[in-house]
Amino acid sequence: MKVLVSVPAVVRRGEAFEVKAMAMHVMENGFRRDMDGKAVPRKILNHFTCRYNGEIVLDCDWHTPISANPYMSFAVKAVDSGTLTFEWIDDDGSIERHSAPITVT
Amino acid sequence: MTRLWPLPIFLAAIGAALAAEQPPRSGLDYATPGLRAMQADDFANPGMLWVAEGEALWDKKDGMGGTSCQSCHGALSSMAGIAYPRRDPRDPSRLMNLETRIEQCRVDRMGAPPFGYESRELLALTAAIRNQARGKQSSVVEDAAAIAEGERYYRMRRGAFDLSCAQCHEERAGKHLRDETISQGQSNGFPAYRLRWQGLGSLHRRFQVCNNAVGAEPSPLGSQEYIALEWYLAWRGRSLPVETPAVRQ
Repeated sequence: MKVLVSVPAVVRRGEAFEVKAMAMHVMENGFRRDMDGKAVPRKILNHFTCRYNGEIVLDCDWHTPISANPYMSFAVKAVDSGTLTFEWIDDDGSIERHSAPITVT
Repeated sequence: MTRLWPLPIFLAAIGAALAAEQPPRSGLDYATPGLRAMQADDFANPGMLWVAEGEALWDKKDGMGGTSCQSCHGALSSMAGIAYPRRDPRDPSRLMNLETRIEQCRVDRMGAPPFGYESRELLALTAAIRNQARGKQSSVVEDAAAIAEGERYYRMRRGAFDLSCAQCHEERAGKHLRDETISQGQSNGFPAYRLRWQGLGSLHRRFQVCNNAVGAEPSPLGSQEYIALEWYLAWRGRSLPVETPAVRQ
């Protein structure tokens, strides 16, 4: 699965910085039917987590109304240099992980 | 009386010439501020997911020879100046656009199976290649016969509503169709991410939407008439910068 993540390379301690994360996913809600009238099985990313040096800064359950290619933008307060890790959990059990380094001055 | 009737024809000709002289405007000009912001930010523009995938596909070895696009063509950035559609060098009567050219390259040069028109991989590779020219004017092959063929399609009335492309996108561009503004139908942002599609789609898929909307039978994706139309649109909007991947309603 393709993901795009934007985290500033350098931020000042105590300041809030913007994090953007987008994943390529069909987010099929399970309510639709195909041309033959058969139900299209549900397949969505049902959970998204962002951790900052191991500590959870954003944790959300996603349900069927979330659009395809879900995009998250949120603010995080700079504490220490380290890593932001991102995790998307798919209905089929697969987990997509991504990490981005950050330097706090 | 016979000496008088050419006058309306003369006026109609002037009218057509004036309508055709509207400066080209990108679909971006008609988009909402939210959509424009989404397109401008590479980390909010969902089309960039396809571009990222296409960049990876460029270097991916495939087929019997175990070659990638990169093996022959070098860096992806070398694709910035390419001009498509063009004629097939082996059969000049056949028109090729970027998508059909990639498919031909895969089958003939790489010995790999074609991706299939409108497949995720082909859209990704096409978007990544077109993205190299983003912000620049796209080069167009000046082929009068092919462009005239495309223009013929553009001006031909079709379907249950008996409408030509020009009647909406030239004569009525900027007016409204219910709550939507009719754009000039420029092709500079394709393959484009449409919110309605929840994904990236090709120009030919967009043609099919238009054909369906006027109650006309759509042509197959990658068909010769669509490639001719694509050629005419590229020529018509040649002064516009490439926006691939554009974000549209």
